[in-house]
Amino acid sequence: MGDVISLGIGEPDFATPWHIREAAIYALEKGRTGYTSNLGLPRLRRAIAAYTGRMFGVEYDALSEVLVSVGVSEAIDLGLRALLDPGDEVLYHEPCYVSYAPTITLAGGVARAVRTRACDDFRLRAEDLEAAVTPRTRALMLNFPTNPTGGTMGAGDLEAVAEVCRKHDLTVFTDEIYSEITYDGQSHTSIAALPGMKERTVLLHGVSKAYAMTGWRIGFACAPREMIEAMMKIHQYSILCAPLMGQDAAIEALERGRTAMESMRDEYARRRNFICAGLAECGLPCFKPKGSFYVFPDITSTGLSSREFSLRLLHEKKVAVVPGEAFGPGGAGHVRCSFATGLDQIKVAVARIAEFCDEVRSARA
Amino acid sequence: MQSLVEILERNALTPREDIARMLDLPLEEVERKIAQLEAEGIILGYQAIVSREKWDTDLVTAVIEVKVTPERDGGFDRIASRIAKFEEVQSCYLMSGGYDLLITVEARNLRAVAAFVAEKLSTLSNVQATATHFRLKTYKENGTFHTYEQAPERLSVSP
Repeated sequence: MGDVISLGIGEPDFATPWHIREAAIYALEKGRTGYTSNLGLPRLRRAIAAYTGRMFGVEYDALSEVLVSVGVSEAIDLGLRALLDPGDEVLYHEPCYVSYAPTITLAGGVARAVRTRACDDFRLRAEDLEAAVTPRTRALMLNFPTNPTGGTMGAGDLEAVAEVCRKHDLTVFTDEIYSEITYDGQSHTSIAALPGMKERTVLLHGVSKAYAMTGWRIGFACAPREMIEAMMKIHQYSILCAPLMGQDAAIEALERGRTAMESMRDEYARRRNFICAGLAECGLPCFKPKGSFYVFPDITSTGLSSREFSLRLLHEKKVAVVPGEAFGPGGAGHVRCSFATGLDQIKVAVARIAEFCDEVRSARA
Repeated sequence: MQSLVEILERNALTPREDIARMLDLPLEEVERKIAQLEAEGIILGYQAIVSREKWDTDLVTAVIEVKVTPERDGGFDRIASRIAKFEEVQSCYLMSGGYDLLITVEARNLRAVAAFVAEKLSTLSNVQATATHFRLKTYKENGTFHTYEQAPERLSVSP
């Protein structure tokens, strides 16, 4: 199908900033093509520890509390496999990234969703979390800013969640992959920074989204030494180490990528404003995300299910969006639109969505 | 304001309605701010970036390093302004380092550049020496690529 505008893509449309690619090319020229230590290059681990200190205000020991993984996805898998006994329950908030529940299941755990709601701007309520805890609950998976909703949690919201975790002795996996991509000058807080949380938290982050480096496959986990050791045992037999070229590029990104990252973030902010205004004009109520590069409009006013909406929009107007149900039953009535696409494309897509909504509504009337 | 200037620097023809949406401002506010930037002399003008490979291909561009004697009162400003007034001169900068002024000159052909340097520029009493370099090809200008850069490939749907 030609001429399709895709708002379905969950990765930056920018290529990796040139200075980062240049650093990787330089490393290749020098013949840096081998294995690294299982945990990752010491220099990268030091860069990660410094970065997480600056970014989240949490200090980790570079050599014993940091593991470099093949993307955050691998680190999540390692952490769950290292922690869970068969039948342990893991709570996660939903709608959410598609891989959490399957990864929990693959690790022998039982995935239990806790619903977040549009009326709360998709924040996780501590009372909903509390109500879902059972004697078998072992861990909580967090992802704020959230893919696909763009929901964020302030320090106060997180503290209420942290209280539940401390009370029930839960381990927290916090996927911080969108943490740099926050808007309106809002500062990001990680749950790992709250009192009594660092020792029970596995902080997961990577360079994919903030530095437009999805294809390099570099993520990392920061956690207490025993947890990192357990994760490392699985990592060394399944993966051995993350690719060296990606690690070299990640050093450049973390140490010198700030300017490029901020300029991409500012561009996302302008697109977010544009797409939110456009969707609102189409009569699709849409919470204006304070983080991530996704908007998650409510499409129930069209009378269509999110699956019908997405399929018909693709066939009739050639705009691809992702139905909200793909991210769990809580996503019903919504679609995910990524604004990691050029503004000229977004503009055409919004105009086509407006036409589509008009046609659907007038056919019903 | 900063975000507005960035958008205009990248593409001055961005529709004002689009800018209003991007910045989450009313259209009148955007128009008022642009008018203010122009009135205050922050935005001095708007120009097209033209490929010389495809348009007016005979035009010659030279970059000329100029050493001048500064004046007791005016410093470099008066001589720089005198040089900048020649219509051949597209830009004129005061530089640190081995020479003083860096100017770019556009002319119809090589002979015209030579005439400008020999007859107009070198004969100014404050000009001590010049070194002229001709532009052969443009790769990037004002942040815009002149060469063809292939867009990176992406999957059409990803998680």
